[in-house]
Amino acid sequence: MNKILSVFPVFSGLLILISFAVTGCTDNTQELGIGPVKKVELSANIDAALSEKGKGIFENKCIQCHKLDDKLVGPPLHGVTKRRKPEWIMNMILNPEQMTKENLEAKKLFGQYLTQMTFQNVTEQDARAILEYLRSVDSK
Amino acid sequence: MGKVKNHVIALLLLVILFIIGGCGKGKSTKGPLIESDAPNKVYVEPGKYDEFYGFVSGGFSGQLAVYGLPSGRLLRVIPVYSQNAENGWGYTEETKPMLNTSYGFIPWDDSHHSELSMKDGVPDGKWIFINGNNTPRVARISLGTFRTEEIIEIPNSAGNHSSPFTTPNSDYVVAGTRFSIPVENRDVPISSYKENFKGALTFIKVAPDNGKMSIGFQLITPGFDYDLSHAGKGPSDGWFFFSCYNSEQAHTLLEVNASQKDKDFIMAVNWKKIEELVASGKGTDMTANYAHNVYDDKKHSATSEMIKKVRVLKPADVQGALYYIPCPKSPHGADVDPTGEYIVGGGKLATVIPVFAFKKMVSAIGNKEFDGDIDGIPILKYETVLAGEVKDPGLGPLHTEFDDKGFAYTSAFVSSEIVKWKVETREVVDRLPVYYSVGHLMIPGGDSKKPWGKYLLSMNKITKDRFLPTGPELNQSAQLIDISGEKMKLLLDFPTVGEPHYAQGIPADLVAKNSVKIFKIEENQHPYATKSEKDARVVREGNIVHVYMTAIRSHLSPDNIEGVKASDEVYFHVTNLEQDWDIPHGFTIMGNDNSELLIMPGETCTIKWTPKSPGIYPFYCTDFCSALHQEMQGYMRVSDKNSNVPITFSSNYKKEDTK
Repeated sequence: MNKILSVFPVFSGLLILISFAVTGCTDNTQELGIGPVKKVELSANIDAALSEKGKGIFENKCIQCHKLDDKLVGPPLHGVTKRRKPEWIMNMILNPEQMTKENLEAKKLFGQYLTQMTFQNVTEQDARAILEYLRSVDSK
Repeated sequence: MGKVKNHVIALLLLVILFIIGGCGKGKSTKGPLIESDAPNKVYVEPGKYDEFYGFVSGGFSGQLAVYGLPSGRLLRVIPVYSQNAENGWGYTEETKPMLNTSYGFIPWDDSHHSELSMKDGVPDGKWIFINGNNTPRVARISLGTFRTEEIIEIPNSAGNHSSPFTTPNSDYVVAGTRFSIPVENRDVPISSYKENFKGALTFIKVAPDNGKMSIGFQLITPGFDYDLSHAGKGPSDGWFFFSCYNSEQAHTLLEVNASQKDKDFIMAVNWKKIEELVASGKGTDMTANYAHNVYDDKKHSATSEMIKKVRVLKPADVQGALYYIPCPKSPHGADVDPTGEYIVGGGKLATVIPVFAFKKMVSAIGNKEFDGDIDGIPILKYETVLAGEVKDPGLGPLHTEFDDKGFAYTSAFVSSEIVKWKVETREVVDRLPVYYSVGHLMIPGGDSKKPWGKYLLSMNKITKDRFLPTGPELNQSAQLIDISGEKMKLLLDFPTVGEPHYAQGIPADLVAKNSVKIFKIEENQHPYATKSEKDARVVREGNIVHVYMTAIRSHLSPDNIEGVKASDEVYFHVTNLEQDWDIPHGFTIMGNDNSELLIMPGETCTIKWTPKSPGIYPFYCTDFCSALHQEMQGYMRVSDKNSNVPITFSSNYKKEDTK
């Protein structure tokens, strides 16, 4: 019994270390999402041409499920660029299946909307353009 | 009292343990299944893949079934010649042209033989061909999409049986007729058979890049029944070998009258020589009328074109390119071994299997060792071409496949067995009973230059008592046999789709990596595609109504439609906007007298519907696609044909939804 008690502090120390390591790792992926996009550089002003391109893609590939102000298959997207990091948004577009399994926010949304968000066969450049369009919506 | 009870229980437990232990011991010392490692050889763990694809023709089902081997798991049934209400094949506006023929729309055929495309004599995994026996046709199926991409009708043929075997680089696919008929077909007394009936052997050219088929030329040969064929390879490359029976030219009671002679023939055709003759202008262009149907997976639609001529050649046009090899008796298989040196005839009424040597054939032709001729086609002498005979091969030898160790395997239909023999010495080394009445057999690559000689599939015509009974009608079946060792070992029985007539096998990695997962929506060129939900709409053109509909989890758009009138012709053009693998959507509407639609990601499909009376007609997605699948529905209002309800529809999308 004594032995057990004496190693207890070592165990708890280890546990703390492990949980720190775990949260240290996951914090990043919680905030930025899981996927190919690690860092996005945003300019202060909206790139109008890129946003226009993004709008075109959005109208073809996203509006079936997302409106800006109302719930549809997925959540309304007005304000999303204020709520989430740009990397998170792009990773959600590019890697939705892993996101809804492993990213806590995405998982929560999946639980709420119950339809798996689908990868719509867009490139990373397309996802960047969609992000710019959403930024332009939020800037108005 | 408690103690006694405990003792009794302990004793009982001991007895039970003893019984179990005893039983276990008994089992481990006898019973072939326990001793054999068969279960391990056919067991493919959940989530793991099979080693081979097996493409087994459906016979009278008209389709092609795909099985994983060694597990025998059914992976897919590819609709080819038969309408398939399950996914709309032959019912949708896009696929109806695929079943067009000179006889009109034909919703069925008898699909006998499958043949993989080849490169350098080895299956390359690009396409698989399959014949339509009854209304003579050849189909080409893409192994990227696992869909029928092309069907060509064969003119002057009346039962496309010795088909669709290909040359080592799939330059040609052949189509020899089982029934001889007048060429061109006309009203004559059947008793004028010998005078008027001819057998057409058709060589279909295959474009190397996209596989497109066109008839290169047709040989009009004596009126026999052409049964099976195989191309030469290696030294015999440039030749084709067709078995034929009914050299008696009987036209009634063939069962007796076509079995009079001791020998029929294998016809050797020097197709390379004939190709040169055709290129130099030999033969005549005959008026014909046959359908050529092509499916385009960008337009997601098929077209059907009637072709009006065919190049035909008579024996006199191709002297020195056709020879008859006598072959006992009513031969079925004409099978060429992997070296290309030996041609094996499967004489289904014969008591031996004749093995001919290509080298001997060439020198017999050189020395003009002929035994007369038929219509100017020289008959070679049996003994001069023969390498040897397999004696006592079993009753009713039909078809021979080869492994990579110099052995041949012949099915014996009447005695229900597989006979293994050594190609060089013709000695029988093993026999295995199969259940029952084996027709063809298949070793992956077993008719190519490079057999993967690990498994053999026996395709049986009769199942009888092998499975739980299901009334008078039973599925036919296949049996998987381990041929990796000296002795053949039966591993597995599995029921099949239709008649498992003939098969091809190929290592999975040659096909799986090219499998298409989605159709890209950007590349969709369907004239009625709706690529964005904002374009979903309903358009009236006179009494025709086009519904441009989209499907995505979990709604159809538009989902409420009004203004349609009874007896309008309504076309639902449904585009699946998903771009994710394995998310098809279905579509149907109440009272639809057609099939459903099953639409793959990025694809557009159209179903025609003619409502007969006013009312409200629900429509919905038929493929369980998501948690909200049951919500994926809509209503069509149908008004009286004299009403003036305007076309209106509802959609999720409003202009203000995007800014």
